[in-house]
Amino acid sequence: MSTLHAHTRQFDARALREEFPILQRLVRGGKPLIYLDSAATSQKPAAVIQALEDFYRTTNANIHRGVYELSEAATLAYDQARAKVARLINAPDPRECIFVRNTTEAINLVAQSWGRANLGPGDIVVLSLLEHHSNIVPWQLIARERGAELRYIDIDESGRLLLEQLDEYLASGRVKLVSVTHVSNALGTITPVAEIVERAHAAGAVVLVDGAQSVPHLPVDVQALGVDFYAFSGHKMLGPMGIGVLYGRRELLEAMPPFLGGGDMIRTVTLEESTWADLPAKFEAGTPSVADAVALGVAVDYLQRLSMPAIRQHEMELVRYALARLDEIPGVTLYGPVGEDRSGVVSFTLGDVHPHDIAGILDSEGIAIRAGHHCAQPLMRRLGVVATARASVYLYNTEEDIDRLVDALLIVRQLFNIED
Amino acid sequence: MSDLYREHILDHYRNPRNYGTLEPHDRSFEDSNPLCGDRVRIDLRLDNGTIADIAFSGRGCAISQASASILTEMVKGQSLDFVKALTADDLLDELGIPISPARRKCALLSLKVLKAAAYGLNEWPE
Ligand SMILES: Cc1ncc(COP(=O)(O)O)c(C=O)c1O
Repeated sequence: MSTLHAHTRQFDARALREEFPILQRLVRGGKPLIYLDSAATSQKPAAVIQALEDFYRTTNANIHRGVYELSEAATLAYDQARAKVARLINAPDPRECIFVRNTTEAINLVAQSWGRANLGPGDIVVLSLLEHHSNIVPWQLIARERGAELRYIDIDESGRLLLEQLDEYLASGRVKLVSVTHVSNALGTITPVAEIVERAHAAGAVVLVDGAQSVPHLPVDVQALGVDFYAFSGHKMLGPMGIGVLYGRRELLEAMPPFLGGGDMIRTVTLEESTWADLPAKFEAGTPSVADAVALGVAVDYLQRLSMPAIRQHEMELVRYALARLDEIPGVTLYGPVGEDRSGVVSFTLGDVHPHDIAGILDSEGIAIRAGHHCAQPLMRRLGVVATARASVYLYNTEEDIDRLVDALLIVRQLFNIED
Repeated sequence: MSDLYREHILDHYRNPRNYGTLEPHDRSFEDSNPLCGDRVRIDLRLDNGTIADIAFSGRGCAISQASASILTEMVKGQSLDFVKALTADDLLDELGIPISPARRKCALLSLKVLKAAAYGLNEWPE
């Protein structure tokens, strides 16, 4: 395993690329793949892919249930992965990190368990216009069931949250929960989570943060942020699909009823009723994705070895470069804030070319970007666009990738006769 | 260069044929592709079972709009039976570009709308 990068001061994305098998392949009839869709899902380093195979070749057994060697080894590997995840986000106790499938499931867990127990008629849940559908729909479902109401924090023209509006909502005294994203997947806005938490807590509200786009890209410290719940997906942070994490403060998780019922989450079961296992098992009914969790642990090792501040620094430099280069192209409109509160997401439009056409032409050049509403229809409506094109970078992207993107956008301009 | 965005596709996109609405019309239908928001409306004027006049309007990606423009040229003056017999492949052949599975609905939205307008069958064409 390479430990080179931990010791080199220079962040060498070009060398890192070599460790991602998929980035070596050709697409669309022999073009090198330029992958600029890591906000949708990240690619995986060989070490993570190997970890999946190793688990099934050497350690596979169901956890918790066996007294034999393999089961003990699998259980240990699963627990170690949890400890790694907890360390990454500085959770006080690994038992506060529940393994789930993804961010979506983590948010639904809180909505269905905490929400059903704590929301009632007239209570308010505050969301924001930056939210992904996965941090909107679960609240619509539980709010309808419990008679609670939803409010949305609006954004300014650059895509920053208008916190005065949060204060107005909090002043009603009816806000039970504030659930906002840490980083917008559509605009790249980094929201002031610590400040939101401070205001929400002062008003007696609980705070959930959607960390799907932050944990992979920024140093995250759940204690420093003061959040009550924090949700993220393994597949966006070099890990496998099918494993994600819900961090929750222990006292909240302990007071919550279970989400799913079944094996592994109980202490005793009689014909009439059951009592619940301790954390985290109480929220992990059934056989979990052990191999995926173990491989996520390896992904966390990989990120830690590079260091999150170094990854963040690399992405900031790349985005600064991308914004400058894209801005030179006549007809390009850029969305989202310009400044330190911006992640590695670049949303744009080009003249009146439909974003799907942009993505289609880029695809024929071997460049993978996303076009559409980015699962944030309320945000698109607020921006007054049907869709945008979105390029998003990660630790393996380089300035050459951005140059290729710009070259291909010039082809789009030419094909569609965009006026200067 | 892109196989998908051949000159004739871009020409139909920039200069759509039979663009607009027909007032009055005998049949009209509008639908959208929920995945990417492409929208197409088709109006028909009928005369004795043939399409005497046709117009389309809408917005969306070049593939969806060029396909609608090309389709109106294919069926203008033809019988409703002709429309009924039209298959997805007939339209895709006429477009003459390699349509990937991801873009298939963009290319076929107009045919779906036409069939719904002509005889009420609102399904993705085979
Ligand atoms: C901000 C944000 N929240 C939530 C999600 C949902 O993540 P998942 O599909 O892994 O549940 C995403 C992923 O696209 C996202 O970008």
